[in-house]
Amino acid sequence: MDRGSHSHLKGASLEKAPTGIAGLDEITGGGLPRGRPTLICGSAGCGKTLFGMEFLVRGATEFDEPGVFMAFEETAEELGQNVRSLGFDLEKLIAKNKIAVDYVHIERSQIEETGDFDLEGLFVRLNMAIDAVGAKRVVLDTIETLFGGFSNTLILRSELRRLFRWLKDKGVTAIITGERGDGGLTRQGIEEYVSDCVILLDHRVNEQLSTRRLRVVKYRGTTHGTNEYPFLIDENGISVLPVTSIGLNHPASAERISSGVSGLDAMLGGEGFYRGSSILVSGTAGTGKTSLCAHFAHATCSRGKRCLYLAFEESPAQLARNMRSIGIDFEPWLKKGLLRIEASRPSLHGLEMHLARVHKQVAEFAPDVVIVDPISNLVAAGTEVDAQAMLLRLIDFLKGRGITAMFVNLTAGGNAWERTDVGVSSLIDTWILLRDIELGGERNRGLYVLKSRGMKHSNQIREFLITRQGIQLQEVYVGPEGVLTGSMRAAQEAREQAADDERRQQAERKQRELAIRRAALEAQIKALQAEFTATEEEAKLSLAQSAARDQALQDERKRAAERRGGAGTTSTPRQTTKGRRK
Amino acid sequence: MSGGKTSKTARSSKGDKGAAEEMWDLRLYTAGQTPKSMAAIRNLKRICEEHLPGRYNIEVIDLMANPRLAKDDQIVAIPTLVRKLPDPLRKIVGDLSDEHRTLVGLQLRRHPQEERT
Repeated sequence: MDRGSHSHLKGASLEKAPTGIAGLDEITGGGLPRGRPTLICGSAGCGKTLFGMEFLVRGATEFDEPGVFMAFEETAEELGQNVRSLGFDLEKLIAKNKIAVDYVHIERSQIEETGDFDLEGLFVRLNMAIDAVGAKRVVLDTIETLFGGFSNTLILRSELRRLFRWLKDKGVTAIITGERGDGGLTRQGIEEYVSDCVILLDHRVNEQLSTRRLRVVKYRGTTHGTNEYPFLIDENGISVLPVTSIGLNHPASAERISSGVSGLDAMLGGEGFYRGSSILVSGTAGTGKTSLCAHFAHATCSRGKRCLYLAFEESPAQLARNMRSIGIDFEPWLKKGLLRIEASRPSLHGLEMHLARVHKQVAEFAPDVVIVDPISNLVAAGTEVDAQAMLLRLIDFLKGRGITAMFVNLTAGGNAWERTDVGVSSLIDTWILLRDIELGGERNRGLYVLKSRGMKHSNQIREFLITRQGIQLQEVYVGPEGVLTGSMRAAQEAREQAADDERRQQAERKQRELAIRRAALEAQIKALQAEFTATEEEAKLSLAQSAARDQALQDERKRAAERRGGAGTTSTPRQTTKGRRK
Repeated sequence: MSGGKTSKTARSSKGDKGAAEEMWDLRLYTAGQTPKSMAAIRNLKRICEEHLPGRYNIEVIDLMANPRLAKDDQIVAIPTLVRKLPDPLRKIVGDLSDEHRTLVGLQLRRHPQEERT
């Protein structure tokens, strides 16, 4: 329906009438050629009548273009009943004069042909019906019934040509349905040449699985997608999946979202996945792929975003129970409507139907994250080539909408680790590999990031433990003994711990010894200092004493001199002493 | 062919007799004054005069004037001759230029294939 993105197709081409059929207008760049006849051909049961009816009903209800349905095979009542299952209320539209249904009944056994005739009666009826509702759209279903009713094919062929011409002159956008012929597109081999647009519907069964496909065989005056597009018919009518028409022009978000496992986020540059990227989780059975998905789902819902979980192996109840055992409770998210678990057997539908269902659910639920668990099972619903094509389209589709997608791939035991069954690895942005590491009689889980586009990521293997509290990533032991996991890692870690302790104790002992030695030395220093101080004080004392003695002596001499009298005499002994000294 | 006819004369004449007792109600649908329509009207009148003198009633309906009748009477081809009476309803498509086929269509003459059986 998004016609804006296909403006390059519209360009200078002719005017188009949107069909309103989901997806078809994208392939055709806007719809069917307005005012011209389009042939819808296909074998019985491929959905021609419904196609025509949806074209009319959508025209009447969505584009305000009334229509005429000229039925050659079913009465108006039967048609009404048939399309009610698609949610179309034909009776109401007829009552509101939006759609006119004319049932053309041709009973071969009642008819005798003699001589020249034409189909003017048909033209008259068509004209009347068109005028009655002011129709812009006309469906003739199935024109070939005429060839069953009349034997003069020469006349019929020329009348058919005239009819196409007449419809064009009338300016109505017409759909003419036709049975697929043996060799060509139609039995008569003229309709496809006189139609401006030919759409081929196909319903094929491959390995007991049916797939409906649509292909625009020709479209005069416009470019169009030429691939086969799968389509489905369900309670909302026809949806065509024009996934392969999407180019590689999806925007790339720089936003990062958590994987729900902090250890894994750390490995992915510390921030987790890019929003809108495709993530592949591959590994052998029992390596914890689903648990990883559950974490991602949980993290998504915790952020208040919606997550669509497509389970191809487990029922929603089983999944919820199993995840509870690792501490993830889906119940509140399911109740809040943030999580939707869609479980179906891969073999229930063909691949295209699966793809179509994903499309529908994505359109309805508008999730932020889609988890497909696992994609490897889809191979069971088709061939490997088909599965790859389907996944390519699925990845493209989700990427185009900025939806982060996580795909789980179960690697068969004998296969190479780095090989996906469905060969989608090149489309994947982030590839996480889970593997068993067998060592010392144990199987342990290892995780590593094989690639992650556009971010710095760890190149190391982490051992990952599934505990009651969820997944925990553990650094594995990488040392002279090699890579160790599980209890060997634990034992090695214990050994290292013991060695560590030993070393620490030794160091502590040395420190203690040093402290003691320091204390002893310090004590010695103190004693010496004390000794020195004592000596010093003694010396000072004796100095003081001798000074005092000198003073006393001098005083004594003075006194003695004074006693002898006269200053001269006083100096005499001095002189004597001086002379003695000299 | 004539031998076959005589062998089944009893039933066939009985049918003719039955038909003789009732009026033939014929309706011819045309669309405008096309050569085909004009030819059909001419041919029909001639055949009726010849095979059903005095006990036929022809109604010519121009769908250009009454388009609704095309739907009501399930008319697709033009011209179409409808035998409303006697039952059952029969339709003959074309300009009625082939008298034999017209008579077979009107069940005034048995179908060659039926005669052989």
